[in-house]
Amino acid sequence: MAIFHTRAATRRRIAAVVAVATASVLALAGCAPGSSAPTTTKSTAVTTTLTSKKVHLTIADETGFPLTDKLTAEFTAQHPNITFTVTRDTFQNLTANAPKLLASSTPPDLIRLPMIGDTVKDGLLANLDPYFAAYGWDKWSASQLAPLRVNKDNVRGSGSLYQLGLGYSVTGIYMNTKLAAKVGITAPPATLAELESDMAAAKAKGILPLMEGDKDGVVNFVVQAAMNQYADKTQMMNWIMNVKGASYNTPGNVKGADLIRKWADAGYFPSDINAIDYPTFVSRFQAGEGLFTFNGNWAAADTQAKMGNGVTFFLVPPATAGAPHVAMGAANSFSVAAKSAHINEIVYFLNWIHTNAKARQIVLDVTGAAPGGDPTEAQPTAAPGSLTEQALKMSAQIGSENGQVDFMSNATAGIYAGAIIPESQLLVTGKISGQEFVTKVQDFYAQELAG
Amino acid sequence: MTTSIAPRRAAAHSAARRGTLVGWLFAAPALIAYCAFVIYPLLTGLQYSFYRWNGVGPSEWVGINNYVRVFTDPDLLGSIRNAFVLIAFFTIVPVAAGLVLATLIRSMRPGFFSSASQTILFLPQIIPLAAAGIGWSWMYAQTGAVNQLLSAVGLGSLARPWLGDFQTALPAVGLIGSWVLTGLCTVLFLTGIGKIDPSLYEAVRLDGANWAREFVTVTIPGLRQEIAVLVTITIIAALSSFDIIYTTTLGGPGRATLVPGISIYRIGFTQSEVGLASAFGIVLMILVLACVLPIQRLARVSDR
Repeated sequence: MAIFHTRAATRRRIAAVVAVATASVLALAGCAPGSSAPTTTKSTAVTTTLTSKKVHLTIADETGFPLTDKLTAEFTAQHPNITFTVTRDTFQNLTANAPKLLASSTPPDLIRLPMIGDTVKDGLLANLDPYFAAYGWDKWSASQLAPLRVNKDNVRGSGSLYQLGLGYSVTGIYMNTKLAAKVGITAPPATLAELESDMAAAKAKGILPLMEGDKDGVVNFVVQAAMNQYADKTQMMNWIMNVKGASYNTPGNVKGADLIRKWADAGYFPSDINAIDYPTFVSRFQAGEGLFTFNGNWAAADTQAKMGNGVTFFLVPPATAGAPHVAMGAANSFSVAAKSAHINEIVYFLNWIHTNAKARQIVLDVTGAAPGGDPTEAQPTAAPGSLTEQALKMSAQIGSENGQVDFMSNATAGIYAGAIIPESQLLVTGKISGQEFVTKVQDFYAQELAG
Repeated sequence: MTTSIAPRRAAAHSAARRGTLVGWLFAAPALIAYCAFVIYPLLTGLQYSFYRWNGVGPSEWVGINNYVRVFTDPDLLGSIRNAFVLIAFFTIVPVAAGLVLATLIRSMRPGFFSSASQTILFLPQIIPLAAAGIGWSWMYAQTGAVNQLLSAVGLGSLARPWLGDFQTALPAVGLIGSWVLTGLCTVLFLTGIGKIDPSLYEAVRLDGANWAREFVTVTIPGLRQEIAVLVTITIIAALSSFDIIYTTTLGGPGRATLVPGISIYRIGFTQSEVGLASAFGIVLMILVLACVLPIQRLARVSDR
């Protein structure tokens, strides 16, 4: 009886397994996941006049960047029939969720989208070409708009316009002038070699030369800044834009990464660098720890408020004296959802940000970044002698020297977390060579693009 | 005789059938929820694992390619290795500490100290893991409580950024897990000890056994069930850990604390490679089952 019972149980179990297996085979044989064809953008009649109807617009933005709050408040003040809801999430969560948000049935009308990824290929972003013609954006700086374009091969840099920037960033070095005076530094370094000797002098005096953090990868402002001074700018840009055949493994990039390894070995970085994240190193620098820190114009207003006149901001010096400057910078890029029901209104808002004097002033005041748009348009004003004013001058200088490159972390969706952060953590603690860093990042890139 | 048996049998049959039907009805709500939220996602995950898909656009059948990548990518294999190291901190340390603490608390007279120690030990369990991770990352920082304590007792030379150091990061996050899980183990063992027949303790004591002997002869065998349950739970917690690592190190420095949970999240949601992430998820599930099923079987065998 017992035997019989066990057999029955076994048989039942086998039946269950067979049922599950059958179900899974059926599921696997069923249609493949995902939509087969990209959804086509709804064709709305393009207009450059704002509706007089009540419209509510939604914006998905990054945490810690209050620019959209200020801009939407000002826009609603000027156009009371247009109201906004701004939702915020951390950079990491927002970039991870963006494709799903855009594909959902209720996408945000406007979304902060640092990485385009497959969103254009999947038909999730509104093509802004009709508006480019309607609003006359051909008068705007073409080089600023180029990285916001995507062509048919899903390569950035040319093709149709899918994004606009709310402010355009530029990066450089902040220097604590009080510590500089102690070390005997009177002016910002003019070459990388001068920067190195300044750091050596600080180290000798027991002052931390570089306040940086790499828990979340931000030390890569320094890594790329070093690479920028040696590498061919076009090669780097092609790599970031995913141009076919572009490689990260270039002599210039290796030389730059090796310089970082040298600085790591010399003890120029904080010893707990891999436990320090962005807010921590910024506040530690502002509290007076470290002679230099590499950061962007977005930190200018806050740093000024915390350090008063004890700080200055300048472009990363070139390797050889007098050579043109190269600096990372990018549009604080936003895209319009293809499924948005209010494309005309949201694009009107974007155009307003670039053309309205009050909006342009807000962009500068909040972000320290140039508002872009038509270069002949009146520029907003910064307080004389302020870091923001310096940041504006830096932006203009990089513009005139044509020295802007995008951030290498924007190359692919996964490269920052998957390769750049972990490998840089090894590089800045002297665990790997510059060549190893460059090779690993390129390998990851190739694999991610191949899928 | 034969005429009366057949209808009776038929009646019994239909009663049994009705009983089965009612049984299924009672099980239906749970069964539907289980199928909708466990079986269905599991099957779709299995399906995705054979495709190359970004989660939104069209997908492409790639056969077992994703599984090949899981088993050939050194970074992904490294994350599995780290998960096994975590078992030492999530399972061995809390279960061992829980056993000792439970016996100690049992030997205390019931009263304020005994209940206070139970509460204190159990407290970490009610703190969300994400919050625990953030709290501990402050304590582990260069200027945090751990290093302050070390310098206070003259061990300042040992002070280091615990979570930023390649050698100490994995043990450091592992200890957070130990801290969280020890309370759970202690409390469960205490209830288990309460169920052990006191006459057994009396008998070994009459035989002249000391504390250690009593522990090995009576307590451990009496807690076999609890040990099996806790080892199972904690191994699952170790192999599928995510929140502690996410809030403390994000897998760094380098890949020193990278675990499958973080890898899967990154691959699936940051890199948008849903197929590869699903394949890794399936592999992780099989790994967990391979570790946990033998323990279940062992517990059942030794029950006989």
